[in-house]
Amino acid sequence: MSSIPLNPGAIGTGGRTRARENYLNIKHTVSSWLLTADHKRIAVLYMISISVMFLFGGVAAAGIRIALVRPHDTFFSSETYNKLFSAHGIIMVFFFLVPSIPATLGNFLLPIMIGARDLAFPRLNLLSWYLYMFGAVLVMGAIMFGGIDTGWTFYEPYSSVYSNTNVVAVIVGVFIAGFSSIATGINFLVTVHKMRAPGLTWFRLPLFVWAMYATSIIIVLGTPVVAITLLMVVLERVFGVCVFNPACGGDPILFEHLFWFYSHPAVYIMILPSMGIISEVIACFARKRIFGYEFVAFSSMAIALLGFLVWGHHMFVTGESMYSGMVFSLITFLIAVPSAIKVFNWSATLYKGNVWLTSPLIFAIGFILLFTIGGLTGLFLASLAVDVHLNMTYFVVAHFHYVMVGGAIFGYMAGLHFWWPKITGRMYPEGWAMLSAFIMFIGFNLTFFPQFILGFDGMPRRYHFYPPEFQMWNILSSAGSSVLAVGMVIPGIYFLWSLKYGAFAPNNPWGAKGLEWTIQSPPPSHNFDTVPIVTEDAYAYEAIYAAELAGDYSHVEAPIPYLSTTDKQVSVESPASPNSSEERK
Amino acid sequence: MSLELQHPAVAPQRLSHQFEQIDQQNDSYIVGMWTFLVTEIMFFGALFVALTVYRSVYPDAFEQAHNALNVWLGLTNTFILLTSSFTAAMAVRSKMLGQRALTLVFLGFTILCAFGFLGVKYVEYSAEFREHHFPGPNFQWSQTVSSAPAQGDLAANSQVALGAPKVGVNEFPASYQPQQLELHKRELFFSLYFVMTGLHAFHVIIGICTLSTLWLLIYFKHPVVDDYMPVELAGLYWHFVDIVWIFLYPLVYLIGKQ
Repeated sequence: MSSIPLNPGAIGTGGRTRARENYLNIKHTVSSWLLTADHKRIAVLYMISISVMFLFGGVAAAGIRIALVRPHDTFFSSETYNKLFSAHGIIMVFFFLVPSIPATLGNFLLPIMIGARDLAFPRLNLLSWYLYMFGAVLVMGAIMFGGIDTGWTFYEPYSSVYSNTNVVAVIVGVFIAGFSSIATGINFLVTVHKMRAPGLTWFRLPLFVWAMYATSIIIVLGTPVVAITLLMVVLERVFGVCVFNPACGGDPILFEHLFWFYSHPAVYIMILPSMGIISEVIACFARKRIFGYEFVAFSSMAIALLGFLVWGHHMFVTGESMYSGMVFSLITFLIAVPSAIKVFNWSATLYKGNVWLTSPLIFAIGFILLFTIGGLTGLFLASLAVDVHLNMTYFVVAHFHYVMVGGAIFGYMAGLHFWWPKITGRMYPEGWAMLSAFIMFIGFNLTFFPQFILGFDGMPRRYHFYPPEFQMWNILSSAGSSVLAVGMVIPGIYFLWSLKYGAFAPNNPWGAKGLEWTIQSPPPSHNFDTVPIVTEDAYAYEAIYAAELAGDYSHVEAPIPYLSTTDKQVSVESPASPNSSEERK
Repeated sequence: MSLELQHPAVAPQRLSHQFEQIDQQNDSYIVGMWTFLVTEIMFFGALFVALTVYRSVYPDAFEQAHNALNVWLGLTNTFILLTSSFTAAMAVRSKMLGQRALTLVFLGFTILCAFGFLGVKYVEYSAEFREHHFPGPNFQWSQTVSSAPAQGDLAANSQVALGAPKVGVNEFPASYQPQQLELHKRELFFSLYFVMTGLHAFHVIIGICTLSTLWLLIYFKHPVVDDYMPVELAGLYWHFVDIVWIFLYPLVYLIGKQ
């Protein structure tokens, strides 16, 4: 056994360099985490927080599916059932899906992808996490001690006048969490505009950065509107002012307009980051330039902008004017065009690509299939006449779960698997990851496809009881949800396992392009020793592919013994060669 | 904004680790502040939408209700805020030129104006509370309603039932009497009035806190304010507060029925 002294910075290892110090082991105190301004550590904090919230939301979903196994459920009271689906919606939308990819992978990757040492405002970034936590604790407290039964939409006048649940606490929590996402949005916009490395022009940006940019625009423009709208609901409850209450001439439909002005674009806050991830993953594992880079980039922007013009399609049956209904319907159809451009370009990228089937790619292909179904059923709902039949049924539930779970969560899983080696410095077991991808795909379809049929047959959403003829499809759906749960628990286990037992990740396990793969895994605190100069497009995979064909480049570099820095003297397990420690210097 | 106005010696020290150049850092602050102001505009925007919608639905009631506001106090406040915006701009300029004493004077005057604004607001709010114009169970209306009920407006040609007992919050209203509805429409106007001016006043208070902190930092020569950027950013925020009022004042106090 030989021991070498710890030097800050990088040490050479046979041609490659691997710095022993990284953002994870540079300091170990609790305060070094809770007071960090490092975007990577904040991303990890967010990752832990949203995983916990996802667990809570998932438990509520399990409760819903248990209740719906029988037409006249006696397991929960109807009040509890209402609180369960409200808790599920509020937690999953505001505390998981909206911050999921931007605050975790976006926070971690955006500065690295553009060659910056951090986001433009690191302390604002930390503040955003604290705001999120404050909102999350408030909402979880309100849900645990009493609950809320308004649904995640807080429709007036039920939420302001009639509901006797913890509406105020939950809305204040959501309001605060809204500012956390505004802070993230501002940070990302400024960072993309002002912090790009030399040579990194707009059209050399990775498509994930484009997606985060488009997402940030939506966050910045939409979130304040829902924040003030929800604030008015609180003022109605607390001070008795009247803004939306029809009892004093207010218009609850105005609340719906203002609510959906944010909450429809919010759907694109959830799906656009996933689309960015899919572009990265597919280009990497097809070893090809993404087909039609500019189209994919601009389709993100088009979705962001058109997304603000379609909110009225949530209100076709509220007595909205026929003409505005037609316009909203038309624009909703239009937004399918940029979405379809993306799906087409991903397929075209895979076509005749040199496909390397890995778990991130399986999740990505799952995303494409499920998002396509989710998107196309959205067109059913965008059609005025069909929507009258399908609105407020399980068809809507199935549609948006295909987009939000099949889209957003599959994209998140793809990204998590893709960048896990970079984030943690460890490889996860690939076989288990593939298995979980398949289980999730099957479980997801089994859960939500029956709900299309239920909805088409007329089962309304949000009801505790239903006619017995719907029972078969509900049992299928509940059975599927348990398969889906298994598919989600497995990654939780092997990700945690990999933190301690996983193989050490090389700098670039996938042979991927992108600045994040040029630095060590996990990255050092300051990301780059010298600011990189970008000279090529984001997806110039030709060189890598040619090198692989020639056998020059091995995408899985030999793992290097991980050098722990917990002690000042570290041991390297290389008893055979006395020179090994010399080589490392 | 020219950086040559800065003392060159202080520039390298205040560069945060994530930036390469001082230009990049200053640009980021400016872009960040403008983006934040965009979110603020959207924040107020929803309220302006609500005001516009309800004004178009209840034109007569809103005209009646807005007559109860004190235009002159509002005008005074407009002058106070415009003056404070001017001094805020002058404070930024003198900070850029390195005139510390002048910066303190201009910033101090801006803060005084902000307090003056809140003082006038206090007088206005007090009067409105005395007249029971604050929305809620105690809302009352004592002026004669319009003698010519317009289309869609169910105004009666008489005195509205003054302070008629309002329905409880948790029960459906017993009846939609026309007079009761008239009362509620005015209550709706005052709800929006109090929410919008209240939110604006809240921003004024945040402005006072920000500007006072800056004033103290400059007074005690804290290194954070060696640079003009904090004053510039606070100035931008203050102009935003001013501009919101520029829209709020005519829309709430001045515009009558069309």
